[in-house]
Amino acid sequence: MRESTEKHWLLRPKTITLLWRVFIAILAATVIAERVVHLHPHFGFDGWFGFHAWYGFLACAAMIIFAKGLGLLIKRPDTYYGDDQ
Amino acid sequence: MILHPALILVLGALVLPWLPHRGARQAASLALPLAALWAVWQVPDGSAWQLHFLDYTLTPLAGDKLTRLFATIFALMAAAGALFALRQESRVEVPAALFYAGSAMGVAFAGDLITVFIFWELMAIASTLVIWSAGSRASYSASMRYLSIHLLGGVVLMAGIAGHVAATGSLAFTHMTPDSGASWLILAGFLVNAGAPPLSAWLPDAYPEASWSGTVFLSAFTTKTAVYVLLRGFPGTELLIWVGMFMIFYGIVYALLENDMRRILAYSIVNQVGFMVVGIGIGTEMALNGAAAHAFAHIIYKALLLMSAGSVLYRTGRRKCTDLGGLFQSMPVTAVCGIIGALAISSFPWTSGFVSKSMISQAAGDEHLQYVWLGLAAASAGVFLHAGIKFPWFVFFQKDSGLRPADPPASMQIPMILFSALCIGLGLFPAPLYALLPFEVNYAPYSGAHVVTQLQLLLFSGLAFFVMLGFLKRTLTISLDLDWFYRMFAPRLVNLLTPLLTGVIAGLERTAASVAQRAGKTLHRHHGPQGALARTWPTGSMAFWTVVMLLAWLALYYLP
Repeated sequence: MRESTEKHWLLRPKTITLLWRVFIAILAATVIAERVVHLHPHFGFDGWFGFHAWYGFLACAAMIIFAKGLGLLIKRPDTYYGDDQ
Repeated sequence: MILHPALILVLGALVLPWLPHRGARQAASLALPLAALWAVWQVPDGSAWQLHFLDYTLTPLAGDKLTRLFATIFALMAAAGALFALRQESRVEVPAALFYAGSAMGVAFAGDLITVFIFWELMAIASTLVIWSAGSRASYSASMRYLSIHLLGGVVLMAGIAGHVAATGSLAFTHMTPDSGASWLILAGFLVNAGAPPLSAWLPDAYPEASWSGTVFLSAFTTKTAVYVLLRGFPGTELLIWVGMFMIFYGIVYALLENDMRRILAYSIVNQVGFMVVGIGIGTEMALNGAAAHAFAHIIYKALLLMSAGSVLYRTGRRKCTDLGGLFQSMPVTAVCGIIGALAISSFPWTSGFVSKSMISQAAGDEHLQYVWLGLAAASAGVFLHAGIKFPWFVFFQKDSGLRPADPPASMQIPMILFSALCIGLGLFPAPLYALLPFEVNYAPYSGAHVVTQLQLLLFSGLAFFVMLGFLKRTLTISLDLDWFYRMFAPRLVNLLTPLLTGVIAGLERTAASVAQRAGKTLHRHHGPQGALARTWPTGSMAFWTVVMLLAWLALYYLP
């Protein structure tokens, strides 16, 4: 308890839980808002429900996994070139 | 007589280091870009200066809307950068940076290809000096690698220009199509400076090695000048769509792997320039406006991000994400400005990136370029991932590094606050920016659908970041790139071949020496004092041998 009062208010577990809840509420709100605004899709598939939400999420997940995989091949210690740091 | 805005900076920068007082130098470093900014707006449309050089007529100063847009942002950037660098101890860096800005402006105002080339090369030299003036061994070797690549690009460009002038007889810098060897070379020379593949690595290699203020200048001019010349020279070249697309994803993936905060931002320059290059490749008025607007907005928010990172470096001397974290507690201004820059680069609604980048996506949609549009949408999410959240998260939040540095001095805070205000101001009121664009803008960025879909894209990208945070844990690593070939492979090859080659050369030398010795001995035997050919012979033996020769000839003559 003492530790959490010493911490910056933004770092307290309570705040972080609250931030997560607010974040998820906002995420839900952006998807629901799609029902209110008038979408004008270019191609058709971009008019599917919540397209930008799941496309954004999946694209990012794919990029992170791809980067992780590529990292196995191309990552080197940062002293690799000697004079760098 | 109209003043040449670029020459104000270039000539002023040459005088600047010799001013006697530090105060005078500081005042001049701020006054010069502002004077240049004023001069930019005095340049009329069409060619203003003409010069005769050899058989050619050069047009070192010509104005139009596109030129003015880029020159304006170059001048603004130079002014804000000079203010940020007011406390820079190096006497070389700021003059070199202003010379660099002036050269970039010189390219923007150039009406002919020779002037483009001259300022292009001056830009390479001045920017090398900016990197160099950081004064470390790492920055020196990085600057030399950087210079080599740019001189190579310059040679390619010069060859292209020479071929183009020989073929067409025209020096004018106008729209070209890559249909001849010469115009391909020009395009390649331009693309080297844009950070296009295969030579993208020079950018994240060199820029982060400059000083805390140097990188701010570097982020603005070279790549955006390349965007400018591509916009003027090669709009609608389809290849550029795919080059740009590659740059976009290259930037994201490498930035995700990176640990150095300024190198993350350097990779994201390649990523952002990729968006502009795609726009140029699409080539419609909407796309070209988008590319130009995005270049303008990008210079501001990228400089802002690098000022924020530069302030952290200035106060802590650290640049690796693994050494940083939790700084928001003691550097609130730097953190907030960094976050505003991060939101702008992510094209968050109500920031400058939103009103500029969306025009490129819109153009892809209008042209029914389905895969391009999908790529751009994925990349927009990816920008939020690699720069929008990653940079502020790992520098200002993440774990508590225990560091409690204060915000930087006012001279560094003011330009950050000004550029933050511009990021939001342009986002809320895009009309003044749209009025500066080369073509008329028929685009309203703020439709309900656009705001909602963009928020979905970005916020769910944020969700992916925090859900997969374990995958993004920073490690003390760098990522190999094609610069490995000239940083590791080539030197190793030389090291490997050196003993072999020295052996071969030594062997050849020995052989040559013994051959020469033997030849000498033979010569000595025949022609020396005791040699058969040096002896005196009696006349009789001479007559005898002549007879032998004649008989031999006679015999051979009658042979069948």
